[in-house]
Amino acid sequence: MLEIRGISKKFGDFEALKGVDLHIGAGEFFTLLGPSGCGKTTLLRMIAGFEAPDSGEILLEGKDMVGTPPEQRPVHTVFQNYALFPHMTVAQNIAFPLQMARVQADEIDARVQQALDNVHLPDKAGAYPAALSGGQRQRIAIARALVKRPRLLLLDEPLSALDAKMREQMQIELINLQKEVGITFIYVTHDQGEALALSHRIAVMNQGKIAQLDQPAQLYNHPNSRFVADFIGQCNLLEATVTDSDRHHADLELHHIGPVRVSLAPAVTVTKGQRCLLTLRPEKIRIARNLHALVDETHFCGKIHDTLYLGDVTVYKVELAQGILLEALLANSGNHASERFAVGDSVEVAWNSSAGHLIAEP
Amino acid sequence: MARGRMNWLKLFSTAVFVFLYLPLLIVVVYSFNDSKLNAEWVGFTLKWYGVLFDDTEMLTAARNSLLIATFSAAVAALLGTLAGMAMSRLRLRLLPALVLAPVAMPDILLGVSLLILFIMLNISLGLVSVILAHITFCIGYVALSVQARMGSMDDSLIEAARDLGASPWQAFSRITLPLLAPGIIAGALMAFTLSIDDFVVTFFTAGVGSSTLPLQIYSMVKIAVTPEVNAISTLLMVVTLLLVTLASRFNKHALRGTI
Repeated sequence: MLEIRGISKKFGDFEALKGVDLHIGAGEFFTLLGPSGCGKTTLLRMIAGFEAPDSGEILLEGKDMVGTPPEQRPVHTVFQNYALFPHMTVAQNIAFPLQMARVQADEIDARVQQALDNVHLPDKAGAYPAALSGGQRQRIAIARALVKRPRLLLLDEPLSALDAKMREQMQIELINLQKEVGITFIYVTHDQGEALALSHRIAVMNQGKIAQLDQPAQLYNHPNSRFVADFIGQCNLLEATVTDSDRHHADLELHHIGPVRVSLAPAVTVTKGQRCLLTLRPEKIRIARNLHALVDETHFCGKIHDTLYLGDVTVYKVELAQGILLEALLANSGNHASERFAVGDSVEVAWNSSAGHLIAEP
Repeated sequence: MARGRMNWLKLFSTAVFVFLYLPLLIVVVYSFNDSKLNAEWVGFTLKWYGVLFDDTEMLTAARNSLLIATFSAAVAALLGTLAGMAMSRLRLRLLPALVLAPVAMPDILLGVSLLILFIMLNISLGLVSVILAHITFCIGYVALSVQARMGSMDDSLIEAARDLGASPWQAFSRITLPLLAPGIIAGALMAFTLSIDDFVVTFFTAGVGSSTLPLQIYSMVKIAVTPEVNAISTLLMVVTLLLVTLASRFNKHALRGTI
């Protein structure tokens, strides 16, 4: 329903967007994820109509939106700071888009009440925004943006001002709300956890380009570049050289560590002698004093370099060779003292040949 | 030791306030004095206020003052709002200097230069010339007040309005203007008090029949400080204080309205 073709934008000498192409389907919860300055907010502002691209097209249901002012686009935005009108009550705020569209007064009242019910704040109609909590303001901002039933809802880091508990609750509410209303959501965030939790698909952006576009699990398990692997979650990145490979497996020499066999994802091909990166998520690494290596597992010896107790899990940084640290997670599920390690302990680490994912280095 | 310092501070500030307000207090007290001389307290009377309201010259001057202040404050509110918005939006370096120069410039310079301008343009000196002159120095106060208000206003509010279907004009009239209103009103009230109190600029730009209260008081004082002068000064003081208080109220309200 939304198609973005070859969008570029420069601010002075800074290239905010360098030829972005995107296709977003109807009813999708789509996230633009990236560090600050990656161009995600600029792209969102272009879809809303606040910025014009230097080149490229933005097609909404086949119609080019470039040049159409924001008020004439069937697209509404939830702003980072909510942008509720401070001199209007909650009801007046929600009624505003309907008044602009010249909806009949009695219909406005009914739809405002309906919108308030949808966000579970039926009795806040007469309150002023200043009297609301952060979470309530957030809900009113969403209610206001949805009341006119836009074709597309844009959300610009809407949860960044909330505390952690509230944020999790709002994430669940957002998922449910999107399912209920069936409107396409485009969500901008720099928080990878939020993106993974909410989205059907995620476009990871870096330096004005889309680095990878995929479903959350694909993105997490099969990053296509060092940047994506590093940006999404915690990840061990081990440099390696391919010593042998066939269609399904590759034998690698991990630099300074040793040989290892990995299975290849369908899209990945490597050739002998090629340099590459092995990405290993910390939770996929087994760690113990004496491991009985299983079939298809590689194991190495190391020393505990650092420990980080986080309550539910403990993070161990294991030194495999001089200066090479491997991060492993251990769930604190039982009271096995034997499964806890201190700095300096000798341990063994192991992982399955399908646990790692290979990224070809240019 | 800290306590000693506090006492000195109290003493010093009391002295300053006495110096500032005692003369004003004396004017007020003697306006109720039942004697033609400002020498000793004889008894309480309201008769000087009665004399004031029988004095046709004084009444004409008061009417002129109110007329001039109302007109200049209204026009300054309009132009000052535009100037204040431009100062905050466009970030032109020269604009604030141009708008605020009449505020900072010595009144006498402003008065003389406006007088020369009016003569050159063949504008006869009267109510119109005084109003034009007052507008020049009033704009700056409204502009400053509006600019401060613009500074505290979140730009995304306007974007949100546009996003939700408002045209640029609707966004201005429904969002920008109501949010700027306290700043505009505060600025206009300030402008009104400055206009009603102004002597120097008015002195140069007023003609026959356009005498204002400050000019009228001055011409009376040249002969003697009569209790009638005390009475009109007291009234002027009350009006000014009232308006200034009101203006600061509006500013405070303005700040509370923002999130």
